Amino acid sequence: MTDDRLSRVFAALADPTRRDIVARLATGDATVNELAEPYDVTVQAISKHLKVLEDAGLVSRSREAQRRPCHLEAEVFDLMTKWIERYRREAEERFQRLDAVLAAMGEDEASTEHRDGEEAS
Amino acid sequence: MSAATKPQTEIVADPNLPTIRITREFDASPQQVFRAWTDPELVAQWMGPRSTTTRIDRWDCRTGGNYRYVSVHEGVEYGFYGAFHEVRPDERLVQTFTFEDMPDGVALDTTTFEAIDDGRTRITTLSVVESLEMRDGMIASGMETGVVEGYEKLDELLAGPA
Repeated sequence: MTDDRLSRVFAALADPTRRDIVARLATGDATVNELAEPYDVTVQAISKHLKVLEDAGLVSRSREAQRRPCHLEAEVFDLMTKWIERYRREAEERFQRLDAVLAAMGEDEASTEHRDGEEAS
Repeated sequence: MSAATKPQTEIVADPNLPTIRITREFDASPQQVFRAWTDPELVAQWMGPRSTTTRIDRWDCRTGGNYRYVSVHEGVEYGFYGAFHEVRPDERLVQTFTFEDMPDGVALDTTTFEAIDDGRTRITTLSVVESLEMRDGMIASGMETGVVEGYEKLDELLAGPA
């Protein structure tokens, strides 16, 4: 995926109505009219949102069927899951270095205590 | 969106809020983890992405103090700075965070240090930024680094024994 497409995905998902549309399409395909129903806006306005989602590659529309239902491209979301997993792994690597720092601190403290013990005896 | 199994790092990126929550458990007391988080000599040993070295320029870790550090990657320096909004020893650290190449972006990071069983500690960092785009960009930026590192490794392989 190019940076351009990445930016389009982020921009498309920045809008709450579009995120809502995506959430509804996650449960199954739907027509523009069905998608527009719960909103207090025109079907035309929903069509515009769908165009943005289509351009970002998040949603596709069947050319053949009369109803032209909208379909969510789940593959794009797999990619977002991968980004999060990558981000998580980087944090985990950082925290493993912190584990090592903490282990070294523990040893320092243990040896200090040991020395104190020797001095006391 | 969450991806993790304990005891490893857990990341939650809320679909509707511009936040990232990181949770991790450590085999050390809250006092020790807090020290490793706030003592500049220790911080320099673990902070920053892999394959970079960290140089701390300023580090005044007390409520109202501030910091600046530089991550050096192949001779290129990337600066980060912020303010320590609240330093509550062994319990809570609130700070701002800005990457100098994106001066308009600022994250507010709240880290809590919580004692759990067997003298262990759970830390949670909640980062709040100004928009979902910025949050997603932060998450995806790791991807770019990863892609670059991947290409570099490929270059090395290709340049290897013919």
